[in-house]
Parts: sequence; C-alpha cells; structure tokens
Amino acid sequence: MDIGFEPRIIAFLCQWCGYQGADMAGTSRLKYPPSIVSIQVPCSGRIETKQVLEALSKSDGVLIAGCHTPNDCHYVSGNFKCLKRVTLLKKFLKQVGINPARIRLEWISATEGRKFARVAREFTNEIKELGPFDFNGKSSQEIKAKQDSKLRLKEMGGKENE
Amino acid sequence: MSALTAHRERPTKEKIGVFVCHCGRNIATTVDTKRVVEEILKHPAVVHAEDYDYVCSSPGQELIEKAIKEKRLTGFIVAACSPSLHETTFREVAERTGLNPYKCEIANIREQDSWVHEDKEKATEKAIKLTKSAVEKVIRNEELEPIKVGLYKKALVIGGGIAGIRAALDIADAGFPVVLVEKGSTIGGHMAKLAETFPTLDCASCILTPLMSAVAHHSNIRLLTLSEIMDVEGYLGNFHVRIKKNPRYVDPEKCNLCNDCVDICPVTVSSEFDEGLSLRKAIYIPFPQAVPSSYLIDLDACLGMNPITCGKCAEPDICGPEAVNFDDQTEIIEEDIGVIVVATGYELYNPENIGEYGADKYLDVITSLQFERLLSPSGPAVGIPKRPSDEKIPKRIAFIHCVGSRDERHQPYCSHICCTYSAKHALLFKELVPDADIYSFYIDIRAVGKNYEDFIRRVQEEAGVHYIRGKVSRIYEQDGKVKIFGVDTLLNKRIEIEVDMAVLALSMVPAHGIEDLASKMRIQIDGSGFLQELHPKLHPVESATSGIFLAGAAQSPKDIQDTVAQASAAASKALGILTQEKISHIPTVATVDTDLCSGCRLCISVCPYGAIKLIDEKAEVKEVLCEGCGACVSTCPSDAISLRNHTDEQVSSMLKALVGEI
Repeated sequence: MDIGFEPRIIAFLCQWCGYQGADMAGTSRLKYPPSIVSIQVPCSGRIETKQVLEALSKSDGVLIAGCHTPNDCHYVSGNFKCLKRVTLLKKFLKQVGINPARIRLEWISATEGRKFARVAREFTNEIKELGPFDFNGKSSQEIKAKQDSKLRLKEMGGKENE
Repeated sequence: MSALTAHRERPTKEKIGVFVCHCGRNIATTVDTKRVVEEILKHPAVVHAEDYDYVCSSPGQELIEKAIKEKRLTGFIVAACSPSLHETTFREVAERTGLNPYKCEIANIREQDSWVHEDKEKATEKAIKLTKSAVEKVIRNEELEPIKVGLYKKALVIGGGIAGIRAALDIADAGFPVVLVEKGSTIGGHMAKLAETFPTLDCASCILTPLMSAVAHHSNIRLLTLSEIMDVEGYLGNFHVRIKKNPRYVDPEKCNLCNDCVDICPVTVSSEFDEGLSLRKAIYIPFPQAVPSSYLIDLDACLGMNPITCGKCAEPDICGPEAVNFDDQTEIIEEDIGVIVVATGYELYNPENIGEYGADKYLDVITSLQFERLLSPSGPAVGIPKRPSDEKIPKRIAFIHCVGSRDERHQPYCSHICCTYSAKHALLFKELVPDADIYSFYIDIRAVGKNYEDFIRRVQEEAGVHYIRGKVSRIYEQDGKVKIFGVDTLLNKRIEIEVDMAVLALSMVPAHGIEDLASKMRIQIDGSGFLQELHPKLHPVESATSGIFLAGAAQSPKDIQDTVAQASAAASKALGILTQEKISHIPTVATVDTDLCSGCRLCISVCPYGAIKLIDEKAEVKEVLCEGCGACVSTCPSDAISLRNHTDEQVSSMLKALVGEI
C-alpha cells in the first residue's frame, strides 16, 4: 500500500464507555495515530446504519465503540441494538462488494484507555492495508470485489453469495 | 493571548465565539492554538475566536463573558479538555451571561488530541476539525430548559454495614425518612465481626454498636432486615421500589431476649457470624448486640414448621411473650423513593479457589475474618486465639498477605486493607501470646492511610514480627503442623517453615448478587465487579444513574475510615437532592413529529424506560421518563422521532466538519 496514505477514520463513541475510554487513553498519554476523529453519541444504540454509511462515504473506515455486553450499557440494551445493526450492515456491505472490515465495532469501557489506543492503532493499520476508500467507486480494490460479486451473484441466479 | 474578529458576510444569524485553551502546556505543546483560532475564524458562523492559557480559570471565564456581551454571541465553543471535566463549568458561564446553557459546546482537543498525538501539524489539523464539528453542532442546538419534576423526599439505603448505617443516619438526622434494607438478619455487616480496628486499636463493637442502636431507635429510619430489592423502576426523585421481606418467624416487638427458645432448640448448625468456628441453634441471634434485637428461625435448619415437627420454641411456657410465630409470611413492601444509596459491601474471596493454600482442607489454615473472630473477646475463643484443630494456643503463626489479590490468576487489584489488618493481627496476637513467633509473608507493604505507616513500623519494631518479602507457593499440614513453602525475594533463597497456624489475608470481592442488583438499578460494574462511580474525581460517589449513589466496599476495597467518609459523602449528595422542591431532568430527550408517526409501535418496544405511549395512534414521549438514549430514534422507520440536540442533521453536519468538507 501507499506509504504516504493517511487513512481518515470516523469514530462514533458512546458517551458513557467508548468516549470515556478514549478520554482515558488521553489521560494515560497513550499514543495512537491522529487519523481518528470522534463524534460523541449518547449511546451506541442511537447510531443508525445510514449514519455509518454516511460516515463511510466520507472516510476510509468507521469505528464504533460502545459499552461491553451484556450488562454495561448505561441504557440497558443499546449495545445489543447496535450489535444487531452492525452485524446486518456488515452483511449488506459484503453483498454490495464493500469490505466489511472497514466498519469495526468494539466494546470499550471507561477504564479501557489501553484498549482504545490499541484498537485505534490496529484499525488504522488495517485500513492502511485496505487502502483509500472511494464510495463512488473509482480506484479501490473493493470496486473490483464489487464487480466480482455482482458477476457471481448473476452466476448464482441472484442468490446471496457467502 | 490573541483575539481576532472576523469581518465577513455571514449566511447564518448565529454568532459563535470560539475559545481555544492552552491548558498550560498540555494542549499548546502539541496543538498550534493560534492556527486553530485563525482557521476557525474562516467558519461563516464564527465571529470571534481567541486562545488563552487556562480558559477554565476565572480570568478565562471572564474572557468568555466579555465576548458574549461585546460581540453579542449567540453561542460559543470551548476547545479544551474533555466535556466530562468542564462542560458544566462553561454552561454555567453561558447561563450567567444570559445565554442558554445548550448554546455552549466543548471540543475535546486535550484527551482526544494533544495528549494522544505527537505530530504537531496533524494534531493541529485534528483540533481544527474537532472545533469546527462542535461549531456545526452548536449552531443547530435548540435552546433547552431543564424539565422540572417533583420528588419523593425519602431515601433508600441498600446494605446495613457500616457504610449503610452511616449514610442512613446522616440522612435521617437531617430530617428525611430513610428505608434501610439489609439482606441479613441484623445490621452491622463485617465490622460487627471485627475485634479491634487499625490503626488506633479501638474496639470495633464500641464504635459500631451505638450506631446500630441509633438506627434501631431513629424515628426517621424504617429498618427492613432479611430483605432484598426485587425491582427498581422510575428515575431520580421518583423511584418506585419493591422490597421482598423474608419471614423472621419471631416478632422483634414481642421478643425479650430471654434465651429460653435457644436453650430448648435441639438443632445445632455452624455459626455464620463466627465464620464457622462455633455452633448456633436453629433459633438464634447472630450476636447479642444484633439489631433488630431479636431471635430468628433459620428455616433450613429448623426441623420443620409446616407441619410443625418440633415446635418447642413456640410453646407458651418457653416463649412467654408469644413472639415465635410459625405463620410469619414473606411480605412485598412497596416504597416511593427519591434517592438511593447502594452500600452492599464486600465478601472475602473463596479460599477454595486457591487450592495450593489448602484452606478448604486443613483446619489450621484459616481466613483473616476467622482470625478476627478468634481475637474477639466475645468470639468463639473468648479472646485468646486457639487452633481450630486441637484448641491449643498456637506459638508459631504465619500471616500470608495478598491471597488472591494482586494476582493475575485471581484478582489483579490490591485489596487495600490486608497489609494493615495483618499487622494488627500480629500485634494483637503478640500482646496475648508474648512468646509467640510471628511470620508475615508480603509482596509489598501498602499501608496508605493516615498514621498507617507508623502503625506498621510499630508492629515490625515492637512486636518483633518477622516480615518476609515473598510469595508463598504452597501450604500443607503434616504431623499436626502447618508447613509453608515460599521464597524470600530479598535474600533470594527458598523458605520452608513450620507453624501452628496460618492466616490467609484473602482479597475483598464484591458481595454476592451485586451484578443482579446493579442491572436492576441500571448502574455499571467495573472490570473487577465493583460498582462503577461516574467519575473518580468529579463524581466519586455518584453512579451513572442519577439519584443513585455509592458508598463503601461495594465501590472498591476500602478501610472503615474511607468507607465512613464515602458514606457521609453519598448521604450529603443524597440530601442535596432531597432538600430541593423540584428537580431537573435532562431536556435532551426524544421528541415525536406526529405528522410523520405511523403509529407502528416499534419505538415502544425498544424504549428501556417505558417512556413512550401511543396516544391517538401516535407515539408520545413522557419526557421525565426519557433518559435520552436515542434507541427509539434509530429504530423509527419513518424518521418521526428525533433526539433534541442530537439530530440527524447535526450528526450529518458534524461528519462533514470532521472530514474537512466544511
């Protein structure tokens, strides 16, 4: 991959866990690449698929961090709502030929600054490997994958290709 | 400091000020604050921007006030530390200058920027994006007023140990009714079992029992023992709590503690209060000073009440006042409560989990609480510890620190009190048995309270305890002796000693059932299983659910001093709410556009608070119940619900700012 490529990553962080975990990484002065910019959301259950897609359309990867399952969600079960949504979204992305690895969901508690920094570093490296993302489909690998999957879908008579 | 003002045509009526904080060097070293000011001024809504050393300081706040007045700002951004720290501070500045507090937003350029990045140029770029994104949000923020609701002026305290007792008394003394719920048959908790307390060596009972008695006689306290929380509904100021009160089978009002029922009872089982070192009857009182001051029947041990198999204790010539009542039933008690203090305390880690120390196999390998009972003048050994195996006074004794604590295989954390109480045990034992040989195996000595270091020194020097730095690898019994294998890491040699008795300083773990209780109350649990405070410094006794406070060892391992201090802190926070006539509820709640609502009920199914009802086939949000999580917003297929000040439009424009499109 292009050495000079600095991925743009948007992070949706829930205000109780993910965001606090990111703050804890700061308080502990743990370093991670500046490629990640965050947006605070009340709960991971507030995040909509359309928002994730909108974010992905403007970036190279989207990180979502919420409270640990099963019990940590401040709003009881928002994390599960998020989990369901992201799982479905990833299947959808795969079907349309976008690498689902561009979306990453993590449970990061308010005390897990170390985990936040590690995830931020790992995810940046993964996105670097995947290369820049062009949602409208001009240059990235995924477009080839997209065409391939379309082709395969045709071959399979329109059935989902797992 | 530099202040710049933009003179440009602006398409929006909003006039936003931006204040970029240096935080001394914390931000300014990695973020070029001057550039942030220059760049942000290019934003069409920004009419004023400046940077300053400490925006949170008094002169910093004055800068904001001055700019609001002079530039007639409609909102402002502080680009500084995390909103967790000073969002409230700056929103108060807004309020006292005549702006709505929601017209202030924070751009977190310290915790999530300057502290985590090293490349100044990139960190500055990021700071600009974060600040722009905050500007995009604030110009779309509605001016909101807190929702005012009434409250029940009554407190619920869960747990009757020293933390719960202290909190209940503080609230009750201030004139508010308190319901104190205790799972066990008496209040007093672990402290009631202790012989003497470090570092002053006051007798624990002498401190605790007057407080227990004060609870029993306080006109503002309703004490419910043998009781558990079934469920908690509602919100700050308006909780509805159901409590299950298990039968005691003895009426504390009638019981006169004559002891005749105990004498006649034919069943003996081991005593929980004496940590299994003595026996009690099926009808019993845990200890003489128990509160409520009455016997109870242990249903599991009793030969049978339904049908009555033995029934001797209830016979009129035995129980004169007719206090014994086999027909006592479980009661469900409902209470309307304004605030809750959770003080459910701790347990010792189960020694069976540490097989190599053999506490489950060998009688003379005991827990620290058992030793505490042996030291107690009212305990099973009447004050001079004896070996459980043969009742002889031990001459050689070993104290093992950090049993289960600071151990990746068990609890990674430090249990905080074991170093000091093991020293206390050694000192008290030496006073009772002056010719004893005492060994104390430790990893590090952590005596971190007022006067604790002096106390440890006194034990080392006066009592002549042999402190051995090193971990014990194995304990077993052979020929009536306890053999201890370990290593002395200071002398770098293996140690093998023979003692009469070994005492394990087991780690403190959260009380059984805490997870269940926490999930009922929607409070968080930390990585070690203790209750999680909202913020260690800003909100150390608050849980994440407003109106629920934490006290004592349920929050983290701590000694009695810290427990009592925290309990009083929790009580004072609780009183801060109880003394108000109305309380404020967050206004950033969900709101329904009835024109778009199709009445599909999906929102109702996802709301964790039951805050949405269908009225005339349209969803309606009961604002005081809504906690603003947004689950309904993301579920609504018609986009009819939005969250105030976190709308789709706001998120969308923030995203644009974050990627540099604005």
